[in-house]
Amino acid sequence: MSRPWRLTTAIGLFLLAVVGIVFVVIALVSEPETVDYTTNHQPGQAVNVTLQTVGSFGSGDHPTWVSYLVENPGGGWVHTTLFTVPANTRVNMTILNYDSGSPLRNQQLGQVTGTYGRLALLNGHPFRVIDSNNPNGNGVAHTFSIPTLGISVPLYGNNGNANLCSAAPCTLSSPHKIIRFSFTSPSTAGSYPWQCFVPCGLGFLYGNGGPMQTLGYMDGFMKVAST
Amino acid sequence: MSTDAGTAAAGGEPAPDAPGSAGTPGTPPDDRTHHWWRLITIWVVLSVILDLLYYFLVGPHVPPGTMTSTAGGAQFDFNVLLVIALPVLLGVWIYMLYAIIVWRASRGGSDPVGGEKARGNLAIQTGWIITTTVIVLFLAGFGTYELVQPEGAGSGQGPIPIWTPTSHTVLPIQVIGQQWKFTYRYPTFGGFETNQLVVPDHTTIAFHVTSLDVVHSFWAYQLGVKADANPALDNVAFTTPQQTGTFIVRCAELCGIWHGAMYNSGQVVPPGQFVVWAHVTERLLRRNTALLPPFAWTYVPDANGADGGYYPDNVDPYSKVQTYGAPGSGTPTGSPTSSSKLGTSR
Repeated sequence: MSRPWRLTTAIGLFLLAVVGIVFVVIALVSEPETVDYTTNHQPGQAVNVTLQTVGSFGSGDHPTWVSYLVENPGGGWVHTTLFTVPANTRVNMTILNYDSGSPLRNQQLGQVTGTYGRLALLNGHPFRVIDSNNPNGNGVAHTFSIPTLGISVPLYGNNGNANLCSAAPCTLSSPHKIIRFSFTSPSTAGSYPWQCFVPCGLGFLYGNGGPMQTLGYMDGFMKVAST
Repeated sequence: MSTDAGTAAAGGEPAPDAPGSAGTPGTPPDDRTHHWWRLITIWVVLSVILDLLYYFLVGPHVPPGTMTSTAGGAQFDFNVLLVIALPVLLGVWIYMLYAIIVWRASRGGSDPVGGEKARGNLAIQTGWIITTTVIVLFLAGFGTYELVQPEGAGSGQGPIPIWTPTSHTVLPIQVIGQQWKFTYRYPTFGGFETNQLVVPDHTTIAFHVTSLDVVHSFWAYQLGVKADANPALDNVAFTTPQQTGTFIVRCAELCGIWHGAMYNSGQVVPPGQFVVWAHVTERLLRRNTALLPPFAWTYVPDANGADGGYYPDNVDPYSKVQTYGAPGSGTPTGSPTSSSKLGTSR
């Protein structure tokens, strides 16, 4: 091989390595989009946050993974688990659950904690505990939990035999459960990790891999912005 | 050490003021003794001063503090190690500084090279070997003893602890790790499970640490307790709080995406306040406690549960073991009775 060719090959491989490294770095530091609920927020006003859960996202890199989605203030669904709320503000959460349920690995997570009145509403009916082992029930599909704030709400599952939505974003025409609850966001600005406590990573050991370990699926941040 | 001590002038002739040159022609016989006595005096005086300053000024503030017997034990161990290490450190530094200042080559003089004594000094070598051997053997024995006393050093001793309490008022608390939080179950108060860790002062606590999924590590920093949380294993650690206050619990085993957020705080409260808290919490959580599986020392993750099956659905890899979340699995062997509110742990 002539010298110019060797030089060209070396430079080409070097550039390829640089591109590869840049790509990996970008992939590692990038995160899903953040839905901002602080725009146009007036002090003293509550913030309404809406999420949905779907048993399989249906498209993208991981179409079979279970996932959360966040509704932006404009009404569109965003495949993310990152949202921003103002500090020290009442947050009214609405979660549309389109997934089926199962017994909890730890029934301790069948309780509602950290919300106003330690209550949540399931299709408009207040509840404090879901018996996930009830043979006549649908079990718990997921939880919405912010452990550092002591907030945890179990999401009652849909009947697994129903014709469940399998591609996000799901619409209200599919079988679903509506879970509502409220809490006050912390007065300290920062990023508060939230997660699902049901090991719902289908196909992973004990259900704890895949979407359970990935931002944008079953883990996210509630970012609290100073008011 | 003997190399520097035997520094000699070029040509193999000992330097006039070099230690180790005693007995050689032209050198006073007590020159080496003079240097060594000076070095030893400096070293002993500074070591005593530094050790006393450290032990009495810094020692009481060394982590993890003295909130519990085991934390106090850990602090004592750290202090003993430092009191031994400081003179060793000082010995090296003092000798180095002394050599640089006293035995430095003079400007324009001949370069110092190793003389006869640089090839070995039996007395120094023997002394060095004996001293370091004594220190290492002492630390091995001391460390082994301190792993057992007090109360197993607050470490996880497995399901059959080497150190067991003689007290009849041991409070068992089960620590359950799961991705990504710890929960605490109080078997002698109806088996309720809560996110809060509250312990009574001046009471021996038996932490029974286990996990529902991967390996975590229960690290109650100020309590001086650290025990791995393994699925299907009851890892027991003991401690006795000696003062009230707040402590931090962290997971000390990399366990997934929110490992860094797997922490919470706990409280040591007076025994009376603890009993009130336990009864109130027991009542508050009674509805969910009734839905919990019977208390067991270990829970095996249901490999088929929560849609997360790794094993085929028709295979139960843990058929002989209690499965957390499995209804009607019966009361496991070893469940503590609820008759004693502060009963023995096992």
